[in-house]
Amino acid sequence: MMRARNATLSALAFILLGAGIASGQNSSWTLFSSRSEQALAPKIQRGKEVFQNLCSGCHGPDIKNASPGIGATMPGTDALAAKYKGTKPALLEERKDLTPQVIKIFVRNGVSVMPRFRKTELSDGDLEALSAYLTRDNKP
Amino acid sequence: MKLPPGVTPGDFAEAIKQFEEAVGEQWVYTSDDDVALYRDAYSPFLGEPDEIVASAAVAPDGVEQVQSVVRIANRYKIPIYPISTGRNLGYGGSAPVLSGSVVLDLKRMNRILEVNERNAYALVEPGVSYFDLYRHIQEKGLKLWLDVPDPGWGSLVGNSLDHGAGYTPLPFRDHFESHCGMEVVLANGELLRTGMGAVPKAQTWQQFKYGLGPYVDGLFSQSNFGVVTKMGFWLMPQPEAYRVATVWVPKYNDIIPFVDIMARLMNSGTINCHIWIESPAYNGPPDGEREALLAKPDGGSPEEWDRYAQDRKIKFWGCPFSFYGLSKVIDAQWEHVKEQFSAIPGAVFEEGESFRFPLTPEQTERVGERSKLGIPSLGVFSLGARSAVNPTPNNGHLWLAAVIPMTGEAVLEAQKVFTKAFREWGVSPSVGLPQSYHWRTFVLLYGFPITDDIETNKKNRATFDRMLRLAADHGWGEYRTHTAFMDTAVSAYSFNDHALLRFHEKLKDAVDPNGILSAGRYGIWPRELRKAKT
Repeated sequence: MMRARNATLSALAFILLGAGIASGQNSSWTLFSSRSEQALAPKIQRGKEVFQNLCSGCHGPDIKNASPGIGATMPGTDALAAKYKGTKPALLEERKDLTPQVIKIFVRNGVSVMPRFRKTELSDGDLEALSAYLTRDNKP
Repeated sequence: MKLPPGVTPGDFAEAIKQFEEAVGEQWVYTSDDDVALYRDAYSPFLGEPDEIVASAAVAPDGVEQVQSVVRIANRYKIPIYPISTGRNLGYGGSAPVLSGSVVLDLKRMNRILEVNERNAYALVEPGVSYFDLYRHIQEKGLKLWLDVPDPGWGSLVGNSLDHGAGYTPLPFRDHFESHCGMEVVLANGELLRTGMGAVPKAQTWQQFKYGLGPYVDGLFSQSNFGVVTKMGFWLMPQPEAYRVATVWVPKYNDIIPFVDIMARLMNSGTINCHIWIESPAYNGPPDGEREALLAKPDGGSPEEWDRYAQDRKIKFWGCPFSFYGLSKVIDAQWEHVKEQFSAIPGAVFEEGESFRFPLTPEQTERVGERSKLGIPSLGVFSLGARSAVNPTPNNGHLWLAAVIPMTGEAVLEAQKVFTKAFREWGVSPSVGLPQSYHWRTFVLLYGFPITDDIETNKKNRATFDRMLRLAADHGWGEYRTHTAFMDTAVSAYSFNDHALLRFHEKLKDAVDPNGILSAGRYGIWPRELRKAKT
């Protein structure tokens, strides 16, 4: 219930409203993908929906010109920016080094103020889809 | 696996088997990995053997399944612990009060059963989150607001039942007050509807709260007398406009006329917003002189604090007031507010943001104070998370939330009492600032981080416990507390040899004789466990 007013943290957006292009509509797999990549497409699309519903409220991108207050901040993105200091992308959707194992560890165990997710919130199937989405650009 | 107390392995195994038959095998969780997902994410016992843990979890998908689970639990005397979305972070989360309980996870019951725009209400199941209902309202283009707490992924039902609150006008921000009608599965499996819902062809279940006869809804909040499976909520019609403006006053003792004026304006309806009285003097950047003043035996005199603020050219107190409604009315309200506070010498008025509704998606994106506009957010996690200004993240928090009178004298007294205690206990002093979520009172909030260090957590727990008792000695009870401190917090309500708790226990014994529901919640223990405790 507690909240800080006039926080100076950077203000960011709901990815739900603005992040459609980065993955699911990425031409690298919708237009020129191999058969195996095409088979993954529905799973990746589902993973993107999971990310938007469960993750993007903390791990979405910054928005410019937000008014004062913490409501528009992205604590997960800010935390990763502070942790990696530019050596890795702060946005999970831009990472290319995540593995399904690492994603599962964080989702099922939580970290810092991020709580763990139960299976009634995020099923094993949706966790697989989320992993497929967040690892879609990894190099083999 | 930690078995429930007094339950044999054979009975437990049979109960699990019957739970599986009732809800489907895949919705009963017994493996260590799955059950660990129900640990309290912000447990003050992090990494210690005393952490409260479940034995299993059952996730029904409907009222009939809940009834079946409750009946099975009665048959084998299995303690079960209902959760809604399990996100009551800082107050126990998805973990039970009694170790070994089976968590009854209602997250799958996530149906928005009705949203009525003409009469501005919703009827939802426990698994519906504030985000869920917000998205539904946006997708349907309804001109309705819901009030949201921070963070916004909690359950309307769960938050309301724990007396949670948000930020828009009353009655909406008092989430229990804004509910209207509930459906409850009793401990014997029977289904009950409250208020007008008791009328079989009810036409006004979500419009008239009382029905006829005793009003029993309160018995199902902060308690363990039933499993709430549906709940109605009044929603706020979308206002024409919003405006926020802040009143600042310069001196330490100005808090007394400030709160008097504010309370009069609130009680007469001119101001109806969440209140958070700020203090740049107490809450500025780190300052050795502030720490030195707080360390003095009297915590600093009013004259010393006034000099401190004057030297830094800062105001001592201030409060942003939000106004909702017709634009012309808001303008008139703010003019009246300014007139009233002008009675305090040196009062300064600062204009803030204003909006007209509906907002475009682009405007919505850029709103910083989202919860004041009923827009759910997870931004509150920035308190405690790693960031550029916080290189040492914590693992959650506990909130001490003492209810104090809405007077300046009470604020100053409570701050002095706690600051003095911190000094005596060797705890770094901090000054709690008053907020108002519910009618006519303040809560004074103190946050305690959950750290990686067990000794620090032990020290914080001890301080928290002492603060609860100290507050009780001064007549300040908690409005809500973490599961680990419910017995202590409830012990403050001890009038006439704990007559209120004894009444709760009588009710418990009558409606749940086997003590299967949420043992220990808000200090209400079943008969057998009360005997064991004594």
